[in-house]
Amino acid sequence: MNSQISFTEEQSMLLDTAMDFCSKNSPINLVRSRTEEAQSLPSDLWLSIVELGWTGIAVPESHGGLGLSVADLVPVVEAMGRNLMASPLVWSAISANTLQLAGSEAQKSAWLSKIANGAIATMALIEPDGSWQLSEPLCNGTMKENTISLSGTKCFVQDAAFAEIVLVSILLENQPRLVLLERSAIPEHALQREVVIDETRRCYRLTLDGITVTPDQVLPETCFVEIEQTAMLLLSAEIAGGHASTLNLIVEYLKTRKQFDQYIGSYQALKHPTVDVLLGLEATRSHLYHAATVYDTGTPLEKETSLRMLKAVASEGFAFAGDRAIQFHGGFGFTYECDAQLFLRRAIFCQHQFGDETHQRAYLADTLIDN
Amino acid sequence: MSVSEQELDQFRVEVSAWLRENNPGDPGFLLPESFMEVGTDEQFEYLRDWQRKVYDAGYLGMSWPEEYGGGGKPQVFQDIVSQEMARQRVPFMTNTIGLNWAGPLILQQGTEEDKKKYIKGILNADDIWCQGFSEPDHGSDLGNAQVKAVKDGDDYIINGSKIWTSLGSYAKYMILLARTSNEGPSKYAGLSFFLAPMKTEGIDPQPIKKLTSEYGFCQTFFNDARIPANSIMGREGEGWQVAMATLMFERGNVGGQAGGLSMMDINVNDVLELARRSKRNGKPALEDPLIRDQMVQFLIEAKSNVLMGARTKIPALNTERPTAIAMSGKLRGSELKRRFCQFAMSLQGANGGRFISPEAVDGGKWQRIYFNSFSATIGGGTTQVQYNIMGERVLGLPKS
Repeated sequence: MNSQISFTEEQSMLLDTAMDFCSKNSPINLVRSRTEEAQSLPSDLWLSIVELGWTGIAVPESHGGLGLSVADLVPVVEAMGRNLMASPLVWSAISANTLQLAGSEAQKSAWLSKIANGAIATMALIEPDGSWQLSEPLCNGTMKENTISLSGTKCFVQDAAFAEIVLVSILLENQPRLVLLERSAIPEHALQREVVIDETRRCYRLTLDGITVTPDQVLPETCFVEIEQTAMLLLSAEIAGGHASTLNLIVEYLKTRKQFDQYIGSYQALKHPTVDVLLGLEATRSHLYHAATVYDTGTPLEKETSLRMLKAVASEGFAFAGDRAIQFHGGFGFTYECDAQLFLRRAIFCQHQFGDETHQRAYLADTLIDN
Repeated sequence: MSVSEQELDQFRVEVSAWLRENNPGDPGFLLPESFMEVGTDEQFEYLRDWQRKVYDAGYLGMSWPEEYGGGGKPQVFQDIVSQEMARQRVPFMTNTIGLNWAGPLILQQGTEEDKKKYIKGILNADDIWCQGFSEPDHGSDLGNAQVKAVKDGDDYIINGSKIWTSLGSYAKYMILLARTSNEGPSKYAGLSFFLAPMKTEGIDPQPIKKLTSEYGFCQTFFNDARIPANSIMGREGEGWQVAMATLMFERGNVGGQAGGLSMMDINVNDVLELARRSKRNGKPALEDPLIRDQMVQFLIEAKSNVLMGARTKIPALNTERPTAIAMSGKLRGSELKRRFCQFAMSLQGANGGRFISPEAVDGGKWQRIYFNSFSATIGGGTTQVQYNIMGERVLGLPKS
């Protein structure tokens, strides 16, 4: 079985740069104040990210990008996760990758270089029933005289209000397809901000009823497997970062808070589960960089297995870390003021996007046990 | 001496064929899981015969010097043999303490006479070796060993007792750490190291019955036992350094071991194989969604351990707590094994309640492995101590 992890000098430098950038630009007080803003990230900071070249990492060189893989974003996203930095980067990258894999030449030419240069792109995949089956959308497209009328509702569409394009999954003539919606095609009332548990994120409900597209806006191919895989990979990178910071938050409190004249970290009832939080983190980061390695070099089965294992381990580990972070902060942990809630909220959001651990394990059982 | 890839490939084919042909196969009784579990004469004889056969074929001690009985070949040949042994799951080499700890130590530090006297008997299993380090009151605190060795003419007189002596009743020699002095700057300075002959008046290895109701360990009592003064290794007072050199071989921190397996490999894939042939209430156990989920959890956890090992080789991915993975290895591995053995028993329905007997699933192997798995969750520092060590040394939490 493939157990490779490769991590190049370039990736190592990228990780260092990203850690440095994110810790400088996303201190916890700004994380909190940004939850009150309209955008998840101030425009000037997004511009800095574009200048660093991160929006072009996974865009082909022929379209003005760096021509690397989505997996090369892992160190960047991990660093963002560590500092609870929210941004449209992940969904712009997944959208670009989707266009690259499934889009027409015209669609690629029109959008890839723009995305590399900072145009925000996002995807509308999830529907109100919360299903994780990406290739079974209920939203519909009805073709009539060269016009496709859309219907249904999408949700969890991240940063939609600021996106220049939204790639939407629909059922068209009973086939799951993706259509490219430009911002101008989305009436203002079609987007509604949703309340989600992770307040650093901006999620929108997109009502498709009344929106029409032309057949050339339909992507000629689909790539639901790849969309799910890239989402699992990058969400897990974000989780790994968040998990690491949660551990640091717990350890710091256990080393400084005293009860009954003892540092609470000296009590084994707190010390031992904290070691479990550490071991969970070590497991997640190992799966993460293995999956990132396999993403570009592995067989389809290795890719599928490594990503589902990753998402399972990462989801469960971060949720446990966040849960214990609240508990170990005692009464303070019960307050909004304690930072532990920021991490627990992030953990729960990420856990439930693109399959939680039991969902992943059920899939893994099919591949690992039945084959 | 450089060896061509072609030569090595050819050698692998040859070893592989030899092992297939000569694998002693199912003895009709449960074999021990490791050299620490050899509890009956029939187990011992079977394993000794097997080691002898492997040595006679030239597949043991391949890198040890020819003049003492080794093969005088590059290490890579022995590595290939060990890999093929693991692949074909042949029985382990029972004289592990001699082959992998005492033997390399004697080759490294012993006199010419020592090498001539001991090495061949280690390899052909004529001379079984045991280890006398731990004491009843000093488990992990080795430096505090209290067994006394007092010089008297051409002998040392030994008094006290050692515990967890694997193969104690079969051993001809013991590597013995004993106290020759209570003076000196530290507790370590008074220790000396001996290659003690076990068949000596006053040395009495008493088998300890384990929770499995089997034997395998002894408590070894020394009652005015006289051993020759020239059985000392190094000088008086240098025992701690020699013991540390031995532990380097024991833990595999340095090379030079004779090779071969020292235990039966049981891993999560063996549990999967058991699950495939298990039924729950008449239906295949692996059709039960809960069993599937548990099975996958074990497969993931085993994979996590493998991947953590792979990640330790990349310093850039271990900057924050560089020792976390290495220091938690025993904790993770031993606890996983204990839990997957519990799961293996749960796959057996009412038969989970059986023990070593012909009616039990796999002869009661899983119940026994579960019981024996505690040797690793307890020995070498218990899991609970490991959690403290991780918390304090890796996370920097205050001492308990």
